[in-house]
Amino acid sequence: MPTRLSAWLKAGIPVLQKDLRVEFRTRYAYSALVMFAVTTLVTVSFSIGGATLEVDIAASLLWIILFFSAMAGLSRSFVQEEEAGTVVALKLAADPEPVYFGKLFFNVVLLFSLAALVVPLFLVLLNLTVAMPLYFLLVVAMGCLGLAGVTTILAAIVSKAGAKGSLLTVLAFPVLLPLLIGAINATRSALAGVPAAYLRPDLNLLFFYNGIAVIASLLLFEYVWNE
Amino acid sequence: MIWQVVLGLWMAAVVIASFLYVPPAVGLGELGRIIIYHVPAAWIAVLAYLMAMVNSITYLRNGDVRLDRQAKINNELGTVFCILATITGAIWSKASWGMYWNWDPRQTSIAVLLLIYAAYFVLRGAISDTDRRARLAAVYSVLAFITVPFLVFIVPRVYASLHPDYIGRGKMQIDGRMLRVFLASLAGFTGLYAWLYRIQARLETLLYRMQIKREA
Repeated sequence: MPTRLSAWLKAGIPVLQKDLRVEFRTRYAYSALVMFAVTTLVTVSFSIGGATLEVDIAASLLWIILFFSAMAGLSRSFVQEEEAGTVVALKLAADPEPVYFGKLFFNVVLLFSLAALVVPLFLVLLNLTVAMPLYFLLVVAMGCLGLAGVTTILAAIVSKAGAKGSLLTVLAFPVLLPLLIGAINATRSALAGVPAAYLRPDLNLLFFYNGIAVIASLLLFEYVWNE
Repeated sequence: MIWQVVLGLWMAAVVIASFLYVPPAVGLGELGRIIIYHVPAAWIAVLAYLMAMVNSITYLRNGDVRLDRQAKINNELGTVFCILATITGAIWSKASWGMYWNWDPRQTSIAVLLLIYAAYFVLRGAISDTDRRARLAAVYSVLAFITVPFLVFIVPRVYASLHPDYIGRGKMQIDGRMLRVFLASLAGFTGLYAWLYRIQARLETLLYRMQIKREA
């Protein structure tokens, strides 16, 4: 089993490279993500007009922005395969598991690069200071991993269901909610600064949720991909 | 037929006993009686969702369309009992915490559970091709059930909840008569679930046959 997993991971890299190359040519998914995030952020920042937000509200806002941006861009990798008619070629070229890993890595790369842009902007525009920077980074990273992990397989489902516009959000929100609850709570603690021991339950929740989500997606992906 | 009569009498006896036989609970007073309806409803919801996940996994393994129908029925019944648990919970919450809804972690988790399975039916409605619908719905059903333990067991434990919680927390203090009626109610609800399931299964099978006949 471990040898197969590493083989899948290795075979996933070319899929990731292919997706990155396609993305560099059009920059559709990334611009959709970034534009969505920046527009929301600017709206929020503009409407509160320089007032300092409470930590609770700021933490929820950050994850609302990240969640809806993810919904705007992450289904792209699968929908685009369907639209371009390249699904069959990809099916021939790779097993389902490498395809899953490739798409997952691609979505993780997308979300991380989005977070790298949006999170600093968020802190600057909303005039926030982070009490525990390292934990804050860790929480954002784990939250993004979870968002990508769950959204990848749901995006595959949505692309097979005829890419109905709002379906992804409807499907993803409730499934992602345990993750969002954990991430918002942990972000709030990291912004406000609490003893490190208080962060443990949230981080555990994020960690196990991510692990279970990725394993389940890996087991189920074959059934979505091959029909 | 005989079983339906037995079930009817059984449930009627549970209802009567819950008001006349059970004494007021320690600490909760008369409110404690709602345990007899609230907890079994929640239990059946989780049971039905679990069954739906088992149906879905088996469907993905062998592709029998009957299993897809069973998963759908189980998700429907799970949702019905989940709504019942939510409503009885809200009534209880009003009586003992002062408001119907206060986003206690336990209430959050049951609301999300309802949302998840509502999304399941949205997904089913969005796909017209029968095979594809069955397959994608099965995958979503499995994914959805994975979040159930998080919502039902983990989130209310990690975040402070007002909801009384006895599972895995040592011995609970409960009156013997209360316990007897509670267990009887649990059995009654399970019977009710089995009966509803059989009716729905017959209905769905008939509808399926009709559709086959119409297409032929």
